[in-house]
Amino acid sequence: MKSLAELQAIREKTLGRINLRKEDESEVVRVVIGMATCGIAAGARPVMLAFMDEINKRGLNHVTVSQTGCIGMCRLEPMVDVIMPGQEKVTYVHMTPEKVARVVAEHIVNGRPVEEYTIGAAEDK
Amino acid sequence: MRDLSLHILDLAQNSVRANASVVALSLLLNEEGIMTLIIEDDGCGMDAELLSRVQSPFATTRTTRKVGLGIPMMMENCRLAGGDLHLESTVGKGTRLTATLDTKSIDCLPLGDLAGTVTTLVTANPDHPEFTLHCASPRGEMDFDTREIREALQGVPLNEPEIATWMMESLQEEIEPIFGGVIQ
Repeated sequence: MKSLAELQAIREKTLGRINLRKEDESEVVRVVIGMATCGIAAGARPVMLAFMDEINKRGLNHVTVSQTGCIGMCRLEPMVDVIMPGQEKVTYVHMTPEKVARVVAEHIVNGRPVEEYTIGAAEDK
Repeated sequence: MRDLSLHILDLAQNSVRANASVVALSLLLNEEGIMTLIIEDDGCGMDAELLSRVQSPFATTRTTRKVGLGIPMMMENCRLAGGDLHLESTVGKGTRLTATLDTKSIDCLPLGDLAGTVTTLVTANPDHPEFTLHCASPRGEMDFDTREIREALQGVPLNEPEIATWMMESLQEEIEPIFGGVIQ
Protein backbone atom coordinates (compact mmCIF):
# COMPACT_ATOMS: atom_id res chain seq x y z
CA MET A 1 0.00 0.00 0.00
CA LYS A 2 1.40 3.38 -0.95
CA SER A 3 2.18 6.47 1.06
CA LEU A 4 0.79 5.83 4.52
CA ALA A 5 2.76 8.97 5.29
CA GLU A 6 0.19 10.94 3.32
CA LEU A 7 -2.41 9.66 5.75
CA GLN A 8 -0.55 11.22 8.64
CA ALA A 9 -0.94 14.62 7.01
CA ILE A 10 -4.67 14.04 6.43
CA ARG A 11 -5.00 12.89 10.02
CA GLU A 12 -3.56 16.12 11.41
CA LYS A 13 -5.82 18.14 9.15
CA THR A 14 -9.04 16.34 10.09
CA LEU A 15 -8.40 15.88 13.80
CA GLY A 16 -9.42 19.36 14.88
CA ARG A 17 -12.59 19.23 12.82
CA ILE A 18 -13.67 15.92 14.30
CA ASN A 19 -13.29 17.21 17.83
CA LEU A 20 -15.38 20.22 16.85
CA ARG A 21 -18.09 17.91 15.50
CA LYS A 22 -18.11 15.83 18.69
CA GLU A 23 -18.82 18.91 20.73
CA ASP A 24 -21.67 19.90 18.48
CA GLU A 25 -23.48 16.65 17.73
CA SER A 26 -26.82 18.43 17.32
CA GLU A 27 -25.58 20.32 14.25
CA VAL A 28 -24.63 17.23 12.25
CA VAL A 29 -26.27 16.66 8.86
CA ARG A 30 -26.77 12.99 8.06
CA VAL A 31 -26.79 11.57 4.53
CA VAL A 32 -28.02 7.96 4.34
CA ILE A 33 -27.70 5.99 1.09
CA GLY A 34 -29.56 2.77 0.22
CA MET A 35 -26.87 0.17 -0.50
CA ALA A 36 -28.67 -3.17 -0.86
CA THR A 37 -28.52 -5.22 -4.09
CA CYS A 38 -31.23 -3.04 -5.64
CA GLY A 39 -29.49 0.21 -4.74
CA ILE A 40 -26.10 -0.98 -5.97
CA ALA A 41 -27.54 -2.23 -9.27
CA ALA A 42 -29.31 1.10 -9.78
CA GLY A 43 -26.13 3.12 -9.20
CA ALA A 44 -25.71 3.80 -5.48
CA ARG A 45 -21.92 3.49 -5.59
CA PRO A 46 -21.23 6.52 -7.82
CA VAL A 47 -23.82 8.45 -5.79
CA MET A 48 -22.03 7.73 -2.52
CA LEU A 49 -18.64 8.58 -4.02
CA ALA A 50 -20.09 11.82 -5.43
CA PHE A 51 -21.32 12.80 -1.95
CA MET A 52 -17.89 12.11 -0.43
CA ASP A 53 -16.21 14.08 -3.20
CA GLU A 54 -18.58 17.04 -2.98
CA ILE A 55 -18.36 17.19 0.83
CA ASN A 56 -14.57 17.03 0.61
CA LYS A 57 -14.39 19.75 -2.05
CA ARG A 58 -16.57 22.10 -0.07
CA GLY A 59 -14.89 21.26 3.22
CA LEU A 60 -18.20 20.54 4.96
CA ASN A 61 -17.16 19.18 8.32
CA HIS A 62 -20.62 18.73 9.82
CA VAL A 63 -21.88 16.12 7.32
CA THR A 64 -21.70 12.34 7.79
CA VAL A 65 -22.44 9.78 5.10
CA SER A 66 -23.71 6.30 5.96
CA GLN A 67 -25.57 3.40 4.36
CA THR A 68 -28.81 1.54 4.86
CA GLY A 69 -30.35 -1.60 3.37
CA CYS A 70 -33.38 -2.14 1.14
CA ILE A 71 -36.47 -0.32 2.32
CA GLY A 72 -38.74 -2.00 -0.21
CA MET A 73 -39.01 0.68 -2.89
CA CYS A 74 -36.40 -0.77 -5.22
CA ARG A 75 -37.90 0.91 -8.29
CA LEU A 76 -36.98 4.32 -6.84
CA GLU A 77 -33.33 3.49 -6.13
CA PRO A 78 -30.78 4.94 -5.76
CA MET A 79 -32.46 6.58 -2.76
CA VAL A 80 -30.83 9.02 -0.37
CA ASP A 81 -32.13 10.45 2.89
CA VAL A 82 -30.87 13.85 3.98
CA ILE A 83 -31.51 14.59 7.63
CA MET A 84 -30.85 18.20 8.63
CA PRO A 85 -30.61 18.88 12.37
CA GLY A 86 -34.04 19.46 13.88
CA GLN A 87 -35.91 18.83 10.63
CA GLU A 88 -37.91 16.03 9.02
CA LYS A 89 -35.83 13.80 6.79
CA VAL A 90 -36.04 14.41 3.05
CA THR A 91 -35.93 11.37 0.77
CA TYR A 92 -34.45 11.78 -2.70
CA VAL A 93 -35.10 9.16 -5.38
CA HIS A 94 -33.47 8.10 -8.67
CA MET A 95 -30.27 9.82 -7.58
CA THR A 96 -27.30 10.38 -9.87
CA PRO A 97 -23.86 11.92 -9.27
CA GLU A 98 -25.10 14.99 -11.21
CA LYS A 99 -28.04 15.45 -8.83
CA VAL A 100 -25.72 15.09 -5.82
CA ALA A 101 -23.99 18.40 -6.55
CA ARG A 102 -27.33 20.24 -6.46
CA VAL A 103 -28.54 18.48 -3.32
CA VAL A 104 -25.31 19.39 -1.51
CA ALA A 105 -25.36 23.02 -2.69
CA GLU A 106 -29.06 23.79 -2.28
CA HIS A 107 -30.14 21.53 0.57
CA ILE A 108 -27.13 20.81 2.76
CA VAL A 109 -25.42 24.18 2.34
CA ASN A 110 -28.38 26.51 1.83
CA GLY A 111 -31.12 24.58 3.62
CA ARG A 112 -33.61 24.40 0.76
CA PRO A 113 -34.53 20.83 -0.29
CA VAL A 114 -34.49 20.18 -4.06
CA GLU A 115 -38.23 19.45 -4.33
CA GLU A 116 -38.15 18.04 -7.86
CA TYR A 117 -35.81 15.18 -6.84
CA THR A 118 -37.79 14.13 -3.76
CA ILE A 119 -39.96 11.06 -3.34
CA GLY A 120 -43.00 13.35 -3.12
CA ALA A 121 -42.38 14.74 -6.60
CA ALA A 122 -41.72 11.25 -8.03
CA GLU A 123 -44.92 9.79 -6.59
CA ASP A 124 -47.11 12.66 -7.81
CA LYS A 125 -46.27 11.99 -11.45
CA MET B 1 -25.12 -5.36 -12.39
CA ARG B 2 -23.07 -3.71 -15.09
CA ASP B 3 -19.63 -4.81 -13.96
CA LEU B 4 -17.76 -7.17 -11.66
CA SER B 5 -16.96 -4.49 -9.12
CA LEU B 6 -20.65 -3.86 -8.46
CA HIS B 7 -21.09 -7.59 -7.80
CA ILE B 8 -18.12 -7.47 -5.42
CA LEU B 9 -19.68 -4.54 -3.54
CA ASP B 10 -22.96 -6.41 -3.27
CA LEU B 11 -21.44 -9.77 -2.25
CA ALA B 12 -19.04 -8.24 0.29
CA GLN B 13 -22.05 -6.64 2.00
CA ASN B 14 -23.25 -10.19 2.73
CA SER B 15 -20.04 -10.75 4.66
CA VAL B 16 -20.59 -7.50 6.54
CA ARG B 17 -24.10 -8.60 7.48
CA ALA B 18 -22.71 -11.98 8.56
CA ASN B 19 -20.87 -9.96 11.23
CA ALA B 20 -17.39 -10.79 9.96
CA SER B 21 -14.38 -9.16 11.58
CA VAL B 22 -12.25 -9.46 8.44
CA VAL B 23 -13.47 -9.55 4.85
CA ALA B 24 -10.73 -10.57 2.45
CA LEU B 25 -11.16 -9.82 -1.24
CA SER B 26 -8.78 -11.19 -3.79
CA LEU B 27 -8.71 -10.95 -7.56
CA LEU B 28 -6.28 -13.03 -9.52
CA LEU B 29 -5.86 -12.84 -13.27
CA ASN B 30 -3.69 -15.61 -14.72
CA GLU B 31 -1.72 -15.90 -17.97
CA GLU B 32 -4.68 -17.55 -19.70
CA GLY B 33 -6.97 -14.62 -18.91
CA ILE B 34 -8.98 -16.46 -16.27
CA MET B 35 -10.09 -14.13 -13.48
CA THR B 36 -10.62 -15.70 -10.06
CA LEU B 37 -12.46 -13.70 -7.42
CA ILE B 38 -12.38 -14.88 -3.81
CA ILE B 39 -14.39 -13.28 -1.03
CA GLU B 40 -13.60 -14.81 2.33
CA ASP B 41 -15.03 -13.84 5.68
CA ASP B 42 -14.98 -15.04 9.26
CA GLY B 43 -18.64 -14.25 9.81
CA CYS B 44 -21.46 -16.41 11.12
CA GLY B 45 -21.44 -18.83 8.18
CA MET B 46 -24.38 -20.74 6.73
CA ASP B 47 -25.75 -24.23 7.26
CA ALA B 48 -26.25 -26.55 4.27
CA GLU B 49 -29.91 -25.60 3.91
CA LEU B 50 -29.30 -21.84 3.78
CA LEU B 51 -26.25 -22.37 1.58
CA SER B 52 -28.35 -24.05 -1.09
CA ARG B 53 -31.15 -21.52 -0.68
CA VAL B 54 -28.98 -18.46 -1.33
CA GLN B 55 -27.97 -19.93 -4.67
CA SER B 56 -31.52 -20.06 -5.95
CA PRO B 57 -33.16 -16.87 -7.20
CA PHE B 58 -36.66 -18.22 -6.53
CA ALA B 59 -36.45 -19.01 -2.85
CA THR B 60 -36.09 -15.50 -1.49
CA THR B 61 -37.51 -15.00 1.97
CA ARG B 62 -38.09 -11.28 2.14
CA THR B 63 -39.01 -11.37 5.83
CA THR B 64 -35.57 -12.37 7.03
CA ARG B 65 -33.85 -10.46 4.19
CA LYS B 66 -31.03 -12.96 4.41
CA VAL B 67 -31.18 -14.08 0.82
CA GLY B 68 -31.79 -12.29 -2.41
CA LEU B 69 -30.68 -12.00 -5.98
CA GLY B 70 -27.04 -11.11 -5.40
CA ILE B 71 -25.50 -14.57 -5.54
CA PRO B 72 -27.70 -16.03 -8.35
CA MET B 73 -27.00 -12.98 -10.54
CA MET B 74 -23.24 -13.32 -10.06
CA MET B 75 -23.44 -17.07 -10.69
CA GLU B 76 -25.27 -16.44 -13.96
CA ASN B 77 -22.68 -13.90 -15.08
CA CYS B 78 -19.83 -16.28 -14.25
CA ARG B 79 -21.42 -19.13 -16.19
CA LEU B 80 -22.11 -16.90 -19.17
CA ALA B 81 -18.40 -16.10 -19.23
CA GLY B 82 -17.28 -19.74 -19.14
CA GLY B 83 -16.70 -19.80 -15.38
CA ASP B 84 -18.63 -20.71 -12.27
CA LEU B 85 -19.32 -19.74 -8.66
CA HIS B 86 -18.77 -21.88 -5.57
CA LEU B 87 -19.68 -21.28 -1.96
CA GLU B 88 -18.15 -23.02 1.03
CA SER B 89 -19.41 -22.21 4.47
CA THR B 90 -19.15 -23.44 8.04
CA VAL B 91 -21.50 -22.21 10.74
CA GLY B 92 -19.54 -20.13 13.23
CA LYS B 93 -16.39 -20.14 11.09
CA GLY B 94 -17.18 -18.14 7.98
CA THR B 95 -17.85 -18.28 4.27
CA ARG B 96 -15.69 -18.41 1.19
CA LEU B 97 -17.02 -17.48 -2.24
CA THR B 98 -14.96 -18.38 -5.28
CA ALA B 99 -16.00 -17.07 -8.69
CA THR B 100 -14.21 -17.61 -11.96
CA LEU B 101 -14.66 -15.88 -15.31
CA ASP B 102 -12.86 -16.16 -18.62
CA THR B 103 -11.98 -12.57 -19.51
CA LYS B 104 -11.52 -13.66 -23.14
CA SER B 105 -15.23 -14.45 -23.36
CA ILE B 106 -17.33 -11.82 -25.12
CA ASP B 107 -19.91 -12.18 -22.33
CA CYS B 108 -17.42 -11.51 -19.53
CA LEU B 109 -18.33 -8.44 -17.51
CA PRO B 110 -15.68 -5.72 -17.32
CA LEU B 111 -13.98 -5.33 -13.95
CA GLY B 112 -15.28 -1.78 -13.58
CA ASP B 113 -14.44 0.59 -10.77
CA LEU B 114 -12.81 -1.69 -8.19
CA ALA B 115 -11.24 1.28 -6.37
CA GLY B 116 -14.73 2.78 -6.05
CA THR B 117 -16.10 -0.49 -4.69
CA VAL B 118 -13.45 -0.81 -1.98
CA THR B 119 -13.74 2.88 -1.05
CA THR B 120 -17.51 2.53 -0.83
CA LEU B 121 -17.26 -0.59 1.34
CA VAL B 122 -14.87 1.10 3.77
CA THR B 123 -16.84 4.36 3.83
CA ALA B 124 -20.11 2.56 4.43
CA ASN B 125 -18.60 0.35 7.16
CA PRO B 126 -15.97 2.56 8.80
CA ASP B 127 -15.67 0.79 12.17
CA HIS B 128 -16.27 -2.82 11.40
CA PRO B 129 -15.23 -5.10 9.69
CA GLU B 130 -11.67 -4.80 8.39
CA PHE B 131 -11.24 -5.17 4.63
CA THR B 132 -8.27 -6.52 2.74
CA LEU B 133 -7.74 -6.49 -1.01
CA HIS B 134 -5.21 -8.51 -2.93
CA CYS B 135 -4.87 -8.07 -6.68
CA ALA B 136 -2.46 -9.99 -8.85
CA SER B 137 -1.85 -10.56 -12.54
CA PRO B 138 1.24 -11.40 -14.61
CA ARG B 139 1.78 -7.62 -14.69
CA GLY B 140 2.14 -7.19 -10.94
CA GLU B 141 0.34 -7.28 -7.62
CA MET B 142 -0.88 -5.05 -4.82
CA ASP B 143 -2.20 -5.35 -1.27
CA PHE B 144 -4.53 -3.15 0.71
CA ASP B 145 -5.49 -3.54 4.36
CA THR B 146 -7.76 -1.26 6.38
CA ARG B 147 -5.92 -2.27 9.57
CA GLU B 148 -2.80 -0.47 8.31
CA ILE B 149 -4.85 2.61 7.50
CA ARG B 150 -6.60 2.51 10.87
CA GLU B 151 -3.26 2.31 12.62
CA ALA B 152 -1.86 5.26 10.66
CA LEU B 153 -4.97 7.33 11.39
CA GLN B 154 -4.99 6.71 15.16
CA GLY B 155 -8.62 7.27 15.90
CA VAL B 156 -9.68 9.37 12.92
CA PRO B 157 -12.69 7.57 11.40
CA LEU B 158 -12.15 5.91 8.03
CA ASN B 159 -15.22 7.56 6.52
CA GLU B 160 -13.85 11.10 6.60
CA PRO B 161 -14.34 12.50 3.07
CA GLU B 162 -10.63 13.33 2.70
CA ILE B 163 -9.66 9.79 3.55
CA ALA B 164 -12.18 8.41 1.05
CA THR B 165 -10.64 10.60 -1.64
CA TRP B 166 -7.14 9.48 -0.68
CA MET B 167 -8.19 5.82 -0.68
CA MET B 168 -9.90 6.13 -4.06
CA GLU B 169 -6.87 7.75 -5.67
CA SER B 170 -4.25 5.44 -4.24
CA LEU B 171 -6.31 2.33 -5.09
CA GLN B 172 -6.86 3.50 -8.66
CA GLU B 173 -3.17 4.15 -9.06
CA GLU B 174 -2.28 0.65 -7.86
CA ILE B 175 -5.03 -1.36 -9.56
CA GLU B 176 -4.80 0.20 -13.01
CA PRO B 177 -1.36 -1.23 -13.97
CA ILE B 178 -2.33 -4.72 -12.76
CA PHE B 179 -5.64 -5.13 -14.57
CA GLY B 180 -5.44 -2.34 -17.19
CA GLY B 181 -7.20 -3.93 -20.16
CA VAL B 182 -9.98 -5.76 -18.32
CA ILE B 183 -11.23 -2.69 -16.41
CA GLN B 184 -13.38 -1.19 -19.16
